Amino acid sequence: MRPGAFRYVSAISLDEVLQNLSEFGDESTLLAGGQSLIPLMNLRLARPEVLIDLNRIPGLAGIDIVGDELRIGAMTRAVDVVTNSTVAGSLPALSRATAFIGHPQIRNRTTIGGNISHADPSSELPGVLAALEGSVTLRSIRGERIVGWNDFIVSTFTNSREPDEMVVDVRFPLRTGWTFAYDEVAPRHGDYPLAGICAGVQIVDGVVREMRIVAVGVSDRPVVLSEVAQASVGRELDETLIKELSKIGREELHANGDAHASSEYRKWLIGTLITRILGNFALESR
Amino acid sequence: MNAPQTVMAINLVVNGVQVAREVEVRTLLSTFLRDDLGLTGTHVACEHGVCGSCTILVDSQSVRSCLLLAVQVDGTNVETVEGLGSLGSLSPLQDAMWREHGLQCGFCTPGILMSIEGEVRSGASAEAICDEVLSGHLCRCTGYQNIRTAIHAYFATKDES
Repeated sequence: MRPGAFRYVSAISLDEVLQNLSEFGDESTLLAGGQSLIPLMNLRLARPEVLIDLNRIPGLAGIDIVGDELRIGAMTRAVDVVTNSTVAGSLPALSRATAFIGHPQIRNRTTIGGNISHADPSSELPGVLAALEGSVTLRSIRGERIVGWNDFIVSTFTNSREPDEMVVDVRFPLRTGWTFAYDEVAPRHGDYPLAGICAGVQIVDGVVREMRIVAVGVSDRPVVLSEVAQASVGRELDETLIKELSKIGREELHANGDAHASSEYRKWLIGTLITRILGNFALESR
Repeated sequence: MNAPQTVMAINLVVNGVQVAREVEVRTLLSTFLRDDLGLTGTHVACEHGVCGSCTILVDSQSVRSCLLLAVQVDGTNVETVEGLGSLGSLSPLQDAMWREHGLQCGFCTPGILMSIEGEVRSGASAEAICDEVLSGHLCRCTGYQNIRTAIHAYFATKDES
């Protein structure tokens, strides 16, 4: 098994990438970590004409807090996010979610920009980006634009990037006074989750002021559980409320069923994950 | 700006030996190691990143060689299972696997050895390696318990020395 024939460019600068994208557009594909693209090429499900390798370009990886955002360069590897102290200190939910991606060999290659761009509905990071209402920076020779997660992630393996654009960074807002967490259930550690939850809560004087809660692995893109969030506002996060929210989450969700898990099972997993995550928030807020 | 290529020259170090070859850009690293260099210790099974059999080290980091193109390792230091040890002079890790019967058919073993080697170099603990590394490899003889024992035995020997 090997990829179909293609032409290859190992770009050495962002300008070179953008020039190539402008010239080849739809015929070209960007190679970041390759942990999703190369399997698709091996299986001939992807047949790029021109493969533009981003791995030798300096300056596309990096983790920085800029204003109230955690900015992660597109070519930052998953392993470097998991082990980074800035991420651990400012957004531990992202460290945890990233540690769920694949296995060590995969995380040594996987990139944050590639992961978000691939828009795999089972992937952890789009869910975290959705929960935080984050965005991506897209660049082309025409200029730069910042696109929110909701407009960027369209559906399964589909984002709203134009053929001449490249994701240069991913922006996770750091919300003051909020706590975020991520958890999931997978058949085997490192496998794609059957269901996952990224949730954040702001508790003031023992009462929920605001909540964001997003399910992954259950639909063609991250699903915002807005009814759960709404029902929590103004209430004390106790056992009664958590039970109620878990039930609302199960009922609100339209979960896909497939060979790995039925729709009904996924709904129960989401209910369980809501209980687990919110239970931890309740413990921490005491 | 470089024009897109279909064949490229690459230079790298494989198990301490300098290698220079021309490769088709679509050649997977696993194919390059096995077919071009004859290093068949790197096994291939699923060839889409699920089984872990083809794991090798690139600049001391474990990677799946079926998910990298040979052209991507130009200028790097590649290590395969052939670089660990040989019959009669096993590496301490190989020795622990042998002593603890950490393999049956042996198909998955080279990948598992290289994964463990990579994690050891990154400073991971025995317990973390057992959980993380073994979840990334398919052993169809299901010899996981003995592999765990071998990992602990290796760490015990390493800590003594």
